[in-house]
Amino acid sequence: MKVDRRLFFELGPVRLLFFLAVGLGLINGLLVIGLAYTLTQIINNVFLKDATLTDVQGLFAWLIGLAGLRLIVQWGSELAALHVTEHIKTSLRERLFSHLLQLGPVALTQEHSGELVNTLLEGVESLDGYFRQLIPQLFLMLLVPLAIFWVVVPQDVLSALILICTAPLLPLFMMLIGRWAGAVGQRQFKSLSYLSAHFLDVLQGLTTLKLFNRSQAQIKTIGRLSDDFRVATMQVLRVAFLSALALELLTTLSIAMIAVEIGLRLLYGKMAFEQAFFILVITPEFYQPLRNFGASFHAASAGNAAAQRIFELLETSPALATITEAIPLPNPPFHIEFRAVSYQYLGRERPALHNLQLELRPGQHIAIVGPSGAGKSTMINLLLRFLEPTTGQILVNGIPLATIMPEAWRSQLAWVSQKPYLFNTTLLENIRLAKPTASLDEIVWAGEQAGLTELVAQLPNGWQTPIGERGARLSGGQAQRVALARAFLKDAPLLIWDEATTHLDSNLETQIQTAMQRLMQGRAVVMIAHRLHTIRQADQILVLSEGQVIEMGTHDFLLNQHRLYHQLVMTYD
Amino acid sequence: MTDWRVFKHLVRLLTPFRRSILAAVFLGFLTIGSSMALMGTSAWLIAKAALHPSIAELNLAIVGVRFFGISRGLLRYLERLTSHHVTFRLLKNLRVWFYQQLEPLAPARLINQHSGDLLTRVVHDIDTLQNFYLRVVAPSLVAVGITIAMLIFAGGLDLIVALALLLFLIVSGVILPIVAWQSGKKQGQTAVQIRANLNIELLDGVQGMAELLIFGQAQSYFAKIQTRNQDLIRQQHGLAHRSILQSGLGNFLVWLSIGVLLWLGIPRLDEIMLAPLALVTMACYEAFLPLGSAFQNLGSSIEAGRRLMMLVESDLSSPDPASALSPSNFDITFKHVGFQYGPDEPAVLRDLNLSIPQGTHIAILGPSGVGKSTLINLLVRFWDYQAGEIQLGGHALHDYSPEALRDLIAVVPQNPHLFNATIRENLLLAQPKATEEQLETVVKIVGLDNLIASLPEGLDTWVGELGHTLSAGERQRVAIARAMLKNAPILVLDEATTNLDAVSQQNLLKTVQLEMEGRTIIFITHEAPKGSWMTTVIRAET
Repeated sequence: MKVDRRLFFELGPVRLLFFLAVGLGLINGLLVIGLAYTLTQIINNVFLKDATLTDVQGLFAWLIGLAGLRLIVQWGSELAALHVTEHIKTSLRERLFSHLLQLGPVALTQEHSGELVNTLLEGVESLDGYFRQLIPQLFLMLLVPLAIFWVVVPQDVLSALILICTAPLLPLFMMLIGRWAGAVGQRQFKSLSYLSAHFLDVLQGLTTLKLFNRSQAQIKTIGRLSDDFRVATMQVLRVAFLSALALELLTTLSIAMIAVEIGLRLLYGKMAFEQAFFILVITPEFYQPLRNFGASFHAASAGNAAAQRIFELLETSPALATITEAIPLPNPPFHIEFRAVSYQYLGRERPALHNLQLELRPGQHIAIVGPSGAGKSTMINLLLRFLEPTTGQILVNGIPLATIMPEAWRSQLAWVSQKPYLFNTTLLENIRLAKPTASLDEIVWAGEQAGLTELVAQLPNGWQTPIGERGARLSGGQAQRVALARAFLKDAPLLIWDEATTHLDSNLETQIQTAMQRLMQGRAVVMIAHRLHTIRQADQILVLSEGQVIEMGTHDFLLNQHRLYHQLVMTYD
Repeated sequence: MTDWRVFKHLVRLLTPFRRSILAAVFLGFLTIGSSMALMGTSAWLIAKAALHPSIAELNLAIVGVRFFGISRGLLRYLERLTSHHVTFRLLKNLRVWFYQQLEPLAPARLINQHSGDLLTRVVHDIDTLQNFYLRVVAPSLVAVGITIAMLIFAGGLDLIVALALLLFLIVSGVILPIVAWQSGKKQGQTAVQIRANLNIELLDGVQGMAELLIFGQAQSYFAKIQTRNQDLIRQQHGLAHRSILQSGLGNFLVWLSIGVLLWLGIPRLDEIMLAPLALVTMACYEAFLPLGSAFQNLGSSIEAGRRLMMLVESDLSSPDPASALSPSNFDITFKHVGFQYGPDEPAVLRDLNLSIPQGTHIAILGPSGVGKSTLINLLVRFWDYQAGEIQLGGHALHDYSPEALRDLIAVVPQNPHLFNATIRENLLLAQPKATEEQLETVVKIVGLDNLIASLPEGLDTWVGELGHTLSAGERQRVAIARAMLKNAPILVLDEATTNLDAVSQQNLLKTVQLEMEGRTIIFITHEAPKGSWMTTVIRAET
């Protein structure tokens, strides 16, 4: 049986409670010995010593008393284990989520969010059986049989020998099978996660599938994946059942062996009924902790695989290096300098940015243009601190950005992204995200600035309308406007604007442009735009191509250069 | 939907497997029967031996002990294999059934369903339903069998003892579980609901992380997740505590019943039967102790079943025509078309008239929200119009089956969905049997050839979730390539090039138009494309 050692470390902060659970579990085992002894006395006295009901009254009182005590002890033990488990589940889930925040959105686009969420929810949940049952039972499996063995020895050495000889076979057998099942269990967990991710993907793409008349074909795929899951799970289970079979066989065969052996010796007068019956009653209890452990094995194999995934995520190093000594953020205005910055995505041959050298002077409106794939988004991701340069560094007022707390830096930024994410809540809350303390008036004002007023009038509950997952109720243009409203509300000194107006129609765009001009006043702006007429007023235009700045200057200057910018403008007009 | 109706529904899902289920239940009965027999025979053997009879009188018992010592393990193994096999086949049926029910509802009825919530429903609820058979139906039936066996055994000894035993079995097998279940029912429902909410919030947190970080809300969102998790843990604690108490009480009842039965038995029974009675009673509880969790599982199974059934139980209108119409031409005509998404929603289209002859390259312009995308939803019959008529090739749209229509129309929506698969697989969706050459052609048309050549794995590059490893522009190109590969007579580009720069956009459109010569293109956009290449330009207004 392989138990991930890292799981034991999780017990650290709650070890006292854990030992309480195990200790009470042991007392529970001792109480069972007492119960077996009392039962034996009752039957022995009546059967062989011709005692009457009144003679054994006291023993009956003992029997019920011990059973009652056992109820309390068992309750305490399991309650303690429950508390241990709750603590660990909470701690792991919280650490995992905050670690994902550390990893950052760009790193996470490589992972399936369905799979991540499954690990956070079901993966952590599957550790329940681990801490509530398996690990306490691991200890009880050693302690309780030892106690019973110790009681049996003075009664009958031969039976004790049978017990002690068969006992080590069980864990040995389980260990052998367990090692093999561990790998299969991991596959099962992966296949379950894959199943979840696939389902999410299919459900989200159902419209696309229908457009291509392929949605019926998915039924087969789902059937096939479910079958794969069944095969994988049955493999695990067959192994688990086999180990259960081995355990059962050993247990029942030992009981049978002991029964026959003591029965025969009883027959020839070499043993008393009292001892023989006690041993018969206690023998199943000797194996019970081992069998309990075997039964929890099933739960554990899923838990073990989940644990691997959880620790794998926890041990992935975050996108940004930890800042040991944070330097306070300098006051705006910001002078930002890219010094020989390169960035290369994993698995891509060419770097997205190559030795980028540039200066963004304070308060300026800077536009970045260039063909798709030129590295514009990467540059923004670096500025937003979702990525750290592979080489080179970014300086803010002479201070390396890498030494400033990302939270402090981001508090100075407003961001209108290419594809804003809308949360599964009301329109109001989606805008409020930018400034949780904002009053209703402020939010309405921001919405007006972004041209949302008309939309709000159409929505059934106005500002309070839930807008569905990823803003399913809103069109792309409307989502853009929500993002704009957030930027208005945040009111930060540096505005980063990524193709913000691509989805807006001409009429509305004019309105928004006016408001945007107002917003941009007195702020530094870095924007990426395809719509070249929106950037004519920019103080400086950077033309990016293949990860490098190839041209820089004002609109008029660049136009006269007759190079890439000129070409872009000509095609556009 | 009442519990009882859901329960009947769930039982109906089991009927195809009734033979295997009966076999598994019978094996389960024999398994527990074996261990009762093992303990009973052993106890009798020892009690008898204490009276020092001849060895011949013990022989049968010795054989019995050995036999039951072996049979139990084997029977248990067989029982588990059988029952789990049934469960998983049942699970597969459930998944496929659910998808089949859901598929016709998309996208019209699903606009308010969160796919994260759906995910929880399908994966988790269906997993929960496996417990319905494994932990509810089968153990209950086994328990009934064991009760009968115990009554025969104890009844043969003494009627009063048998009645007392029956009382105990009813208390520990029925009353205790029902009390525990009913008292935990509400909490169980709350826990399921909280878990579903946590799932949605986690999904939002993971997918919307960029926004959370930029707006400095990561910490407060984290706190929100923390609170929700605490809520979940609190509800689960209540449930777990209840089941801990219940299993403790169950164990207590085992010893209490042994005490009571002996108390009643001592004056009434042949004394040699006291030991077997005690040990058989102890062994029979194996069939009753798990019933507590069975009833809790029944509750969550019914909840899970109810949610699945409510989701797919929406009535569906418009039976599809069976006859396969093939139009002689692909002229599209809108005549006085009116449409609104729901009775309470505003009208999106009012008295719309529009004619798009075959081979036209038409641009439909207009501000966002004016209903341009709605035209397309009507054209592919995701929704049906309420007034007027749309015709294709002279036939009303309603005369075509949605499948037939979708074969004729290739649509690139504003936010195309790329599947988490390779570029090749995403393209092949349009035409599973496309040749390598066809793929190369469409890739070239949309200008992806350079990118694909630069990727180490070429067309077999994985695009990631929602195509996230590609840029927005690349995703749109893939979507257009996919639509081109479909080779349909009508191509709809719904804001399909918004993420491309002006140069790329123009080049792309030029090539696509060349390729679509003689076939229809409907180009939906909010602003006029540069150059006078479109045959017709229509400006839509509210």
